[in-house]
Amino acid sequence: MTATTTAPTATPPVHTVRQPSDRLRAWATRGPLLPALVFMIAVTQLPFVATLVISFFDWNALYPKARHFTGVDNYQQVLTDADLRQSVWTTILLTVAVVLASLVLGLALALLLDRRFRGRGVVRTLLIAPFLVVPVAAALLWKHVLYNPEYGLLNGLLHYVGGPQPDWISTTPLLAVEASLVWQWTPFMMLILLAGLQSRDQQQIEAARVDGASDWQIFRHLTLPHLRRYLELGALLGSIYIVQNFDAVFTITSGGLGTANLPYTVYQSFYQAHENGLASAAGVLVVIGSIVIATFALRVVSSLFREEVGRA
Amino acid sequence: MSATTAAVRRKGAGLGLVAWLAGIVFFLPIAWMALTSFHSEEDAATNPPSFTAALTLDGYREFFGSGGGASPWPSLVNSVVASLASTLFVLLLALPAAYALSIRPVRKWTDVLFFFLSTKMLPVVAGLLPIYLFAKNTGMLDNIWLLVILYTSMNLPIAVWMMQSFLAEVPVAIIEAARVDGARLPTVLARVVAPIALPGIAATALICFIFSWNELLFARVLTGVVAETAPVFLTGFITSQGLFLAKVCAASLVISLPVLAAGFAAQDKLVQGLSLGAVK
Repeated sequence: MTATTTAPTATPPVHTVRQPSDRLRAWATRGPLLPALVFMIAVTQLPFVATLVISFFDWNALYPKARHFTGVDNYQQVLTDADLRQSVWTTILLTVAVVLASLVLGLALALLLDRRFRGRGVVRTLLIAPFLVVPVAAALLWKHVLYNPEYGLLNGLLHYVGGPQPDWISTTPLLAVEASLVWQWTPFMMLILLAGLQSRDQQQIEAARVDGASDWQIFRHLTLPHLRRYLELGALLGSIYIVQNFDAVFTITSGGLGTANLPYTVYQSFYQAHENGLASAAGVLVVIGSIVIATFALRVVSSLFREEVGRA
Repeated sequence: MSATTAAVRRKGAGLGLVAWLAGIVFFLPIAWMALTSFHSEEDAATNPPSFTAALTLDGYREFFGSGGGASPWPSLVNSVVASLASTLFVLLLALPAAYALSIRPVRKWTDVLFFFLSTKMLPVVAGLLPIYLFAKNTGMLDNIWLLVILYTSMNLPIAVWMMQSFLAEVPVAIIEAARVDGARLPTVLARVVAPIALPGIAATALICFIFSWNELLFARVLTGVVAETAPVFLTGFITSQGLFLAKVCAASLVISLPVLAAGFAAQDKLVQGLSLGAVK
């Protein structure tokens, strides 16, 4: 702020150099942007176009000579294939469960951390740590060190209280994957919601408290409406990342026991089954699914963004 | 009045305790992983768990290849190369772009910004097969520089968004004032813009480093024995190999250390980066 007041804002900028032509100037401002733009289009958009084209071909990499155009056959096959339909369902289940659970837990933790107490910084650090474990390492940790039915920590702790000794991954495979993901993603949600809580209007809350509003009323009528967009943002960004999750499914269950989600299925159908056409059709379907989420996500980001720009 | 203050204080302390408990529960798996990594394989695989067993570095020795297994060093070096090189390329591409989107904004700059964001929402699997076929036909398979290119594209949108928001914090009036005083553009960038934007640029670099270091799907599909990265090395532990818990824990911890370090270093800007600059 001090900088703005001391700077000679009233003086119009003086240009003593010769003005280049307008077109040249326009390119000079655009220039710095072009390498990044061209790079992104080449590396992210072109492959997708190729996927779209391949999805209309019957193409098994093991029989390259038999490649031919089949129209929408691949899509029909993907949509009627029981395994693939199952993986669509698994993807939805996995994403919704993980996002909702980590949002609720993240909100609870953010509310706890929003208060002043001894060692708040330490607790914040402890809570962020799960998000900073390499995803494959985290999945290995859950698979071998926590879930192992014979010497895993979970059954070890259950042993102390004389509880049962379940084989977690075989009895509840999807839940096992979800729990490990919730553990990693709760800190993410907590950070976003904590930022939301700390951007509340404190004066308004004080005023409500002076007027005799209870903690619950303040939370219900002031905090929650303010947090709404942060909750939406957390849910959407979480969905974008978790819909694409590959690491946890690949590591904990290797896609077995009904936990294969779409990314795993696409990986498997071309990497192991060499069905290029089918894999591409499934990939295109994943994109169509993500566009729905992405449209909402972009809308929320843009409303938050415009608010920021407006404030500045 | 004093009675209610005491009650409020008691409640505050109680909730502080709950927060501490939650923090410990969330951290417990990591603490247990660290402890197990210093146990012998026999002590690591007991039920009930042996909390007080003797400590040893055997798990780490085993992980670093003294037991005759594959050495993790090549994969660690590959990960360092892929993460550092891609982060450097991201900065080189994103800095000018962010400049053109904030300090001297081009027309329709928000549309460009949202184009970058939308590429981040395209699932990785959607382009995986053509990239694989391209790599196979051009001999780029199992080449670390292919991963560098892909990681650059993966992180560029995040970096552009973050840096745009950091550069937008530089007051235009200061830049104008420096120009009026006769400073040329490079001087303005080095003396005026850089000092204000540097913490943000550093945080952006750390976050890009984390995402590259963590990446598995591309690395798994596109690399083999030569360009294998650390997460791919870890997938070797997916199937159990007898008593190997201490080794798994040591490996997971060592490979997670750079991410933990980078994450804590960037802690304050982590939210802004992960939410693509939407939350400050």
